[in-house]
Amino acid sequence: MNRILLFVPLAIFALMGITFWVGLGIEDKTSLPSPLIDHPFPEFELGVVEDGRTLTTADLQGKPALVNVWATWCPTCKAEHAFLNKLAADGVRIVGINYKDDVEKARDWLAAFGNPYDYNLSDPKGKLGLELGVYGAPETFLVDADGIIRAKHIGDLNADVWAKLKPQFDAMSGAEQ
Amino acid sequence: MENLALYLPEIGQFALILALVMAVLQVVIPLLGVNRGQLWLMGYARPFAVGQALFLVISLFVLAACFVIDDFSVAYVAANSNSLLPVQFKISAVWGAHEGSLLLWVTMLGLWSVAVALLSRSLPLDMVARVLSIMGMISVGFILFTLETSNPFARHLPSAPMEGGDLNPLLQDFGLIVHPPTLYMGYVGLSVAFAFALAALMSGRLDAAWARWSRPWTTAAWIFLTVGIALGSWWAYYELGWGGWWFWDPVENASLMPWLVATALLHSLAVTEKRGLFKSWTVLLAIFAFSLSLLGTFLVRSGVLTSVHAFASDPERGVFILALLGICVGGSLLLYALKAPTVASVGRYEVVSRETFLLLNNLVLVVMALAVLTGTLYPLVYDFMGLGKLSVGAAWFNTMFVPLTVILAVLMGLGAASRWKKDTLPRLAGVTAVAALVAIVFAVVTPFIVQGEWQGKVVLGLGTAGWLVAATLADIWKKSHGKLAKIPKLGMSYLGMVLAHIGVAITIVGVTMVSNYSIEKSVRMSPGDVETLGDYQFEFTQSGKIEGPNYTSQAVRFNVIQDGEVIEQLTPEKRHYSARNSIMTEAAIDVTLFRDIYVSMGEPLENGAWGMRLQVKPFMRWTWLGAIFMALGGFLAMLDKRYRRRVGVAQA
Repeated sequence: MNRILLFVPLAIFALMGITFWVGLGIEDKTSLPSPLIDHPFPEFELGVVEDGRTLTTADLQGKPALVNVWATWCPTCKAEHAFLNKLAADGVRIVGINYKDDVEKARDWLAAFGNPYDYNLSDPKGKLGLELGVYGAPETFLVDADGIIRAKHIGDLNADVWAKLKPQFDAMSGAEQ
Repeated sequence: MENLALYLPEIGQFALILALVMAVLQVVIPLLGVNRGQLWLMGYARPFAVGQALFLVISLFVLAACFVIDDFSVAYVAANSNSLLPVQFKISAVWGAHEGSLLLWVTMLGLWSVAVALLSRSLPLDMVARVLSIMGMISVGFILFTLETSNPFARHLPSAPMEGGDLNPLLQDFGLIVHPPTLYMGYVGLSVAFAFALAALMSGRLDAAWARWSRPWTTAAWIFLTVGIALGSWWAYYELGWGGWWFWDPVENASLMPWLVATALLHSLAVTEKRGLFKSWTVLLAIFAFSLSLLGTFLVRSGVLTSVHAFASDPERGVFILALLGICVGGSLLLYALKAPTVASVGRYEVVSRETFLLLNNLVLVVMALAVLTGTLYPLVYDFMGLGKLSVGAAWFNTMFVPLTVILAVLMGLGAASRWKKDTLPRLAGVTAVAALVAIVFAVVTPFIVQGEWQGKVVLGLGTAGWLVAATLADIWKKSHGKLAKIPKLGMSYLGMVLAHIGVAITIVGVTMVSNYSIEKSVRMSPGDVETLGDYQFEFTQSGKIEGPNYTSQAVRFNVIQDGEVIEQLTPEKRHYSARNSIMTEAAIDVTLFRDIYVSMGEPLENGAWGMRLQVKPFMRWTWLGAIFMALGGFLAMLDKRYRRRVGVAQA
């Protein structure tokens, strides 16, 4: 047998390795693609966790916002909550979607850990979540003043992630002013 | 004592660090001994392996203790346990998520190393040194990975939560206690075959002795894999609540691929041992089998296969995994390329011979594994390319697997009946003709008697299974010259093969029957309602609530009636786990050897009514019974005298 042939498995493996490596690279650079990017935020008409009034898509517009999908059953949401509080203190408008959750529990949570949200939409059945293509909580969408989704992040929002998203968010805020 | 409990996580972590030190020594010292020809240095392989395993076991026990005493300052415990969780689930929660699974994995690697160290007295010391050194390398990689990126002992300090987030309710089950450890024993056990293959490559001694040493180890790992996969399927069946038993999902595929390749490896090792052939191929299979195990462990736990995004969101882990896989697989393939023998093997064989059949069987098994690999990775690659998400459905896998299994079974029957070196088609046809005839008659007549009609798939499935059993029995008949008393003398190895092949036939029957004759009905039912499905009536007698330790459930009681008699009471539940606010469906199943009655609850409807799902699944148990036969067969084969006879020869 020719020794060159014995290198074939190694070559195939190397090829697979490179594919994965490049794939990961792409993944990191373009952040997370979502079919909803650059599309209007889905229509909704939902109750607000804090006071029960009903809001619609129109209420979201006017000012750029981070739309944050969260739930009390989600441990990672708890982990990111402190960071959201900090962002809110810095003047970032955050709208919450309380996803597949119980309103009472959500209120207790907000009372206990602080409320960084402008308001929270209650989405107990996950209907809006479904339209947003939510994989799981937490997820965060950057929505501009016209109600167009501009970016999406899956997983907890932390200082590292915000460092990447902030320029885009600031640009949106700048455009509005 | 109080103080000790306070520092438990640090003790565990320290033990893990000591295990790492031991592992490094286990790699370096024996290899140094091999290079310099110093026996006393090689002799350190065994004590280091024992030491490493000891510290790993301590570490694992400490983690379990953290769970039992509800130390929620440990982040991993807080995320996966809860003070209300029953104690057996607190312990099994140790391997309920990524970090603990890794620790369990590496502890098992330590234990396999100890087993090799203790049971290798017949091996030349330099081989022991090489094998344990290679296993040590794998250990170093894994312990480093655990410590660097997935430390299960990491603390949530200073503000430790008062209560834990609870174990995923899906995993609060007997299945989780036994399934992952069994499967991991299989994954990790393949490292022994891998280490033997690399050691043989390094020393240039790819011979029958090497094959004989690795065979029982490979078989042992294969047994664990077989049982582990069957347990996983059984668990999914009763726990996921809708009666499916194989979903072709990435997690299952990840366990099936090493199993298929390990099965090929077992048979290829047989040829290498008996005939000194296929050496390079055998080595390659050993490398593949373990590489796929690694892929399985890593990719499933890291979440890559289920979602690319889970991987990307934790790049540190991802890069480490790729590096580790790259070094391990790439390194071993490089060694293979450089050291595998290029001269043709000395043994000769004719086209019609057992060698050929085993080679073909190997090819079919590898093609099956490749099919699974493709089906599993294709959606991932597709996603990488930015083309969007897609999933390769079960239909695709079934289209691939049904014909391949039929070919495989035909080859199995022929292979077992054929002779080494040289056989002839007329002879082979002569000894298997009766079996083929029996199989065809059985396949055609049985469905007609039972159902009064034919379905192509059923005829094919039963024919395949019938052929396998008939050909195997014919072979026994011939070898024992028709005398029952002679059967035990045919050798444990041979009887093991018989049992395992019959196991395959049993599984094929189970799969065929349950896929083609299962009946089900989704109905709206209120108390007092009676529904008929097949030969059975289901009477909804009452509904109520059940309080569990960490859940409350809504339950429905059913009488299952056959021929006017109540044969069983079934109580399916819908459990609500408060800590995670999640709902689990607990199916109620009545089991006999020939059918399962499976009742599960759907959604609550108005006025106390429920959506119910009723199923009758014939021969369900056979799919797993076959796996038990295969495992027992493997066990018998391991007991064969010749693996122990060597000891005498070596000592003499």
